[in-house]
Amino acid sequence: MPLVEVSHLVKHFTRGGGLLRTGARVAAVDDVSFSIEAGETFGLVGESGSGKTTTGRCMLRLVEPSSGDVRFRGENVLGFSSRRLREARRDMQIVFQDPYSSLNPRMRARQLVEEPLIIHKLGARPARRERVADLFRLVGLDPAHLERYPHQFSGGQRQRIGLARALALNPSFVILDEPVSALDVSVQAQVVNLLMDLQRQLNLTYLFIAHDLRLVEHICDRVAVMYLGKIVEMGPTAALFASPRHAYTKALLSAIPIPDPEAERRRIVLDPAAVNRNATLKEVASGHWAAL
Amino acid sequence: MPDNALLRVEGLTTVFDTAAGPVPAVNDVTFEIQAGETLGLVGESGSGKSVTALSIMRLVQPPGRIATGRIVFKGRDLLTLDEPAMCAIRGAEISLIFQEPMTALNPVFRVGDQIAEALLVHGRATRGGARAKAIELLRAVRIPDPEVRVKDYPHQLSGGMRQRVLIAIALACQPSLVIADEPTTALDVTIQAQILDLLREMKAAFHLSLLLITHDLGVIAETADRVAVMYAGRVVETGPVREIFRQPAHPYTRGLLASMPGGAPGRRLRAIEGSVPLLSALPAGCAFNPRCPDRFEPCTTAPPPDYSAGISQTAKCYLHDPHFATRTPHSALRTPDAAR
Repeated sequence: MPLVEVSHLVKHFTRGGGLLRTGARVAAVDDVSFSIEAGETFGLVGESGSGKTTTGRCMLRLVEPSSGDVRFRGENVLGFSSRRLREARRDMQIVFQDPYSSLNPRMRARQLVEEPLIIHKLGARPARRERVADLFRLVGLDPAHLERYPHQFSGGQRQRIGLARALALNPSFVILDEPVSALDVSVQAQVVNLLMDLQRQLNLTYLFIAHDLRLVEHICDRVAVMYLGKIVEMGPTAALFASPRHAYTKALLSAIPIPDPEAERRRIVLDPAAVNRNATLKEVASGHWAAL
Repeated sequence: MPDNALLRVEGLTTVFDTAAGPVPAVNDVTFEIQAGETLGLVGESGSGKSVTALSIMRLVQPPGRIATGRIVFKGRDLLTLDEPAMCAIRGAEISLIFQEPMTALNPVFRVGDQIAEALLVHGRATRGGARAKAIELLRAVRIPDPEVRVKDYPHQLSGGMRQRVLIAIALACQPSLVIADEPTTALDVTIQAQILDLLREMKAAFHLSLLLITHDLGVIAETADRVAVMYAGRVVETGPVREIFRQPAHPYTRGLLASMPGGAPGRRLRAIEGSVPLLSALPAGCAFNPRCPDRFEPCTTAPPPDYSAGISQTAKCYLHDPHFATRTPHSALRTPDAAR
């Protein structure tokens, strides 16, 4: 049984409505289905507006989906009562993109990491304190800096605090929403290494939402490509990068800038009119699906 | 150094005055751009690349100020010009494309009027002719239906289209130098590819020189002829793009290239340890020394000067000092498979 299973997920947003007028309905996520095995890193790629972030948020019910199913360990998350949901969220966590805006600037690092433990009433104060110090060490921070405020840390360190906070409740599943794209280039690799180390150490399952395709190629086991709210291609990372089938995937991969001035480049430009938006996913090779 | 450089920046230092004293955002920076060349200025946030661009345009606002240096454009030192003379250069001879196509356009004016404004300010068109020229420019930057789009407001255009409008504005007066500051950072990767292709085409069609500022080594590899790498306010390495990627001379450049995802999937990346120093608290000696795998005795004494490294590369690194020529840099041993 997969750890996470998303089927026929739909999220509509209403645009341009007013007091007397109903606005146009836009499907940000349009019938999206995929599953993630325990221990896997599953990549969700696509451009801004493709629905990848909304998909992630629907899975944790940070945004309520319009319809569809999200199963976690076989149980339907969308059917959970708010109390059951709170319990389930101990096991499913999210790390946000921007470590500058996702941490409350008025809270000390210790408070930020301790807060989830307090909310979930885990442990007495001394035990919590010890756990927070352990978490700090786990993400490569110095417990001597626990009393500092977010602004006293660098971007990379702030993202480590966000990670410690997400890991405080010992989750098995973590959604990483663009976890390094706001960081300095020279610091990104450190955080990527930390994410890979933690996954091995703690047996984590990741949903990795990103637009940096080089990074996705490096760390994801499987990838799904989203285009205008739909998954247009999905498969093992190596197979999908080596032989993309969907016109959009081809265009996307050919647009990645290659850090080698001598590399040969062949740009494929997408003709949006040529994309059949009603095509359904078909298995084109073992485990490799494309909407053709 | 050949004297036919279009732009020559010499010893430029731009500081920001703070309560604790002046902080150098750009520190003794020297480089040049030949006619028809694309120079890629690469660096992380806070490395001083955008302040360098603003300094060239003389748009640094207080508490920032240009402390020393010369900015020689077509034989004239821009820092000696009075404001009216500088205004005649800005937008006409040198133009700037900003990073954020969402905020760089005025939301309450039609895009056609914003292009026309550039032409009218510099007396390049009459009020009647400006509209026609704006349409022509929109067509040049490949905006479909330019006759219709010219009447659009910025919010009616996508991010990629807005960036095309900004490029049209930058090209309006046929400048000889365009400075593009992270022109594709806010855009999706497929749109980025289109804008980079457009910049390359425009460069050929309008005989431009381009100063391309970015943090993305992939963008540099695809677009630049020569590269200047900035770190903590200084240019630490310069050279032709092929040499920089094939044989980076500064341990920082080597570290950046080696840290990029690549090689066997799932393998740990070769990260640069530590983080970028605060400009107000730079380490003694070379600013990169606390993070440098090749640090040795002289690195903490004084900032290194430019050393020649290879035929046309320079690097601010004591490894290239002939006195220490026998040292084998640690980081150099790690590059070949990292360059991929």
